[in-house]
Amino acid sequence: MTFTLLAEGVVAFLLVAGGVFAFTGSLGMLQLKDFFMRLHGPTKGTTLGIGCILIASMLYFTVTQREFHVQELLITLFLFITAPVTGHMLAKTGLHMHLRFITGTRGSLPELRDEDVGQSRVARPAKARHPWRTRRKSLQMKSRQKPRLPR
Amino acid sequence: MLDTALMISLGLIVAAMAMNVVRLAKGPDVPDRLLALDTLYVNSIALIVLLGLWLNTKTYFEAAILIAMLGFVGTMAICRYLLRGDIIE
Repeated sequence: MTFTLLAEGVVAFLLVAGGVFAFTGSLGMLQLKDFFMRLHGPTKGTTLGIGCILIASMLYFTVTQREFHVQELLITLFLFITAPVTGHMLAKTGLHMHLRFITGTRGSLPELRDEDVGQSRVARPAKARHPWRTRRKSLQMKSRQKPRLPR
Repeated sequence: MLDTALMISLGLIVAAMAMNVVRLAKGPDVPDRLLALDTLYVNSIALIVLLGLWLNTKTYFEAAILIAMLGFVGTMAICRYLLRGDIIE
């Protein structure tokens, strides 16, 4: 009886903690000012929240059905492996596309400045280039400049 | 106690998914929307697990595994496309 009550309390705590962590991650993704700041919320908070919820589900089914469940542990392991990979690839994509960032995002530590930006600062465009609109505009301009062939 | 915790967690997850949809709608660039979709599928896995806890069945875990794997593959494919201009070179 007391073991069941204790397990129920642990499952309830893990469920509420998971919900709070997932909510915090999504709130950070909605509210922060910059893409590189927004990347922090989902990659840490949401992953931890869903890990809590999956472990709560595993505990619940282990206690109520009297047999050990590893399927939730499988999902938890998979998400904990793939979330940093996704965050790394998204950060590389943001750096590649030259997204705008506020000046506080890029730390200007004097001991990191040389290996970060080199001896001279890298010039960045003021506004992020849209990947296909600019290409389409340049194609349109080229086609406009081409003289039409007489038939 | 478990029902109350389940209700609180469901409400928080649904609010998180609503915020993801807001970011997906107004994200200024493509990686913002990609990040919103990534978080949306992770939250949908949490929603499916909570549904399985509510209905007291184990039927939905295969759907959760499938969503996790296909969401990761899709995010990786769009990242590769935005980085290299091609998915498989």
